[in-house]
Amino acid sequence: MRGHRRGKVQVRGLWVDLKEFHLRQIDLDVAAGEYFVVLGPTGAGKTVLLETIAGLYRPGKGRISIDDEDITHVPPERRGIGFVYQDYALFPHLNVAENIAFGLKLRRADRETINERVTAMGQLLGIDHLLHRRPRTLSGGEQQRVALARALVVEPRLLLLDEPLSALDPETREELQRAMAHLHRELGTTTIHVTHDFEEAVALGDRIGVVHRGQVVQVGSPEEIFRKPASEFVARFVGARNIFRGRISGMDQGGYKMLSLDGVEIAVVTDLTGPVRASLRPEDIILSEEPLRSSARNCFQGRVADISDRGTVAYVTICVPPCFTCVVTRRSVEEMKLQDGMEVYIAFKAAAVHVF
Amino acid sequence: MADKQHPTDQKHLADKKRPLALFSDKMRVSFIVLGTILILFVAWPLLRTITSSSPAILWQTLLDREVHNAILLTFYTSLVATGIAFVCGVPLAYLLARVEFPGKQLIEGIIDVPVVVPHSAAGIALLMVFGRRSLLGQAFGTLGLKFVSATPGIVIAMLFVSLSLLVDSAREGFEAVDPRLERVARTLGASPWEAFWRISFPLAWRSILAGMILMWARGLSEFGAVVILAYHPMVAPVLLYERFESFGLKYARPVATLVILICLTAFVALRLTAGRKRDGT
Repeated sequence: MRGHRRGKVQVRGLWVDLKEFHLRQIDLDVAAGEYFVVLGPTGAGKTVLLETIAGLYRPGKGRISIDDEDITHVPPERRGIGFVYQDYALFPHLNVAENIAFGLKLRRADRETINERVTAMGQLLGIDHLLHRRPRTLSGGEQQRVALARALVVEPRLLLLDEPLSALDPETREELQRAMAHLHRELGTTTIHVTHDFEEAVALGDRIGVVHRGQVVQVGSPEEIFRKPASEFVARFVGARNIFRGRISGMDQGGYKMLSLDGVEIAVVTDLTGPVRASLRPEDIILSEEPLRSSARNCFQGRVADISDRGTVAYVTICVPPCFTCVVTRRSVEEMKLQDGMEVYIAFKAAAVHVF
Repeated sequence: MADKQHPTDQKHLADKKRPLALFSDKMRVSFIVLGTILILFVAWPLLRTITSSSPAILWQTLLDREVHNAILLTFYTSLVATGIAFVCGVPLAYLLARVEFPGKQLIEGIIDVPVVVPHSAAGIALLMVFGRRSLLGQAFGTLGLKFVSATPGIVIAMLFVSLSLLVDSAREGFEAVDPRLERVARTLGASPWEAFWRISFPLAWRSILAGMILMWARGLSEFGAVVILAYHPMVAPVLLYERFESFGLKYARPVATLVILICLTAFVALRLTAGRKRDGT
């Protein structure tokens, strides 16, 4: 579509103090046209961050600018920022077309322009057959499409999405996630998307910023966050279940260093020495009944301490000690006849261990 | 995107549509009996009064100049009082619904005080502030506005005793509007005024209207405060009282019937219009 503006966003040293939420010293840079995901647990202050960028809260300190224009003290209606809430926040007294047209009417657009743009936006989002329905008669996914259309039809410089998929059932969520990726390719609107769901963040985000207790703790590409979490919190949050504290003695042994934890020596690849933390993703661990001959530098014998069934996969905890959690398919559990107390072997590559 | 969004809503609807549930157990039956006593207590005297006078006598009473002037004055003054409360009370209700501020509970208390004080006492209190010798009374007097024994006195008496009905109802209406709707409207380009007029006000309108109807009806029926500020010009309840005092029950009865009938008709008609709007949305 034509004419969609792509704002470059800068947030500098933002502080917000509300009763329940605080933001401390938030710095963010979002490039023009980028899809940026803010990832963090519930209560981390993500919604407040978005509402502050939109101008709905006043920051105690700090500066927000779009395209180098300082908008910190500009009222929300003059910022050109679209906003979509988790539970849609559609205007219940207006039908779908009127909801989408709301911003255009405020801009005193003539009726023809309004009709044309509402229809075009409805088609883009696949809701053009619903234009005369009332919001409450729509399904969740349909309502969220309307909310997206309403925000995008006024061609915002920046689109803010507050957990836009969280209220939807898994099937609809996936469908809408694809629709949103498509939408971003089509329009290229600079987007900040807030979520607590790592998979959603990976699927949509060009880059991810992880927020914890009102602070941005890591910014990077999904791969960076996934493979090299900057802190224990990030590692746990993105689902690396094996997180250890140990010590690296400093002796390089042909490209490896040895990390000692709980009396076990693990080969790792890192520049760090001294007390460190390490993470290992469950899917990087290979589980076997016999010792494996492979390129994996790390191989240990241990006992099954726990098997937690998750439908198609199961998380199996093996204590050497220390305890490692690995993920295997349900079928493997059955074929290997895994059960508590059973002796097994685990193997993983030195490169799979992320030391930080 | 299947339409399986509000299964609970449908369940509620289904529940409401089961009339037999009224008599489903002994507890409900005894509750029905107890409730009926109260309904009869209200309905029986009203019905008895309405049926006590023949239509001919009612018609004659209505033609009585004093009577229909009093009824028109009552309608008019209560409408003005409701109008004043609408202009000042709806913004107040919005603030009470949206903003936390020190002393908020005090403000809420002040709004509701007129409900708990005897209305004759309220009339005395108003007299002390708006009376001829009071500062405010004199100030208004220079503008040609007098309250004692005058129409404006009736209006402020009605306003005083019934404004809480409108303010409380409007506040509940605004509280039911998700503040995020206003925020979204702001991000779409609405100024605070536009967000109010296009979103909050229309969504709270039903409650505001219900509050206005209640307030207007309450104003019609006010006697205590009005009689102290303005015995004359006579509103319907005062006229009724005077007829009863001076001529007895026989002469008061047709006036009472007429007043009850007119108020009931107006009240029911307004509730129906408001109710139809409710279904229409």
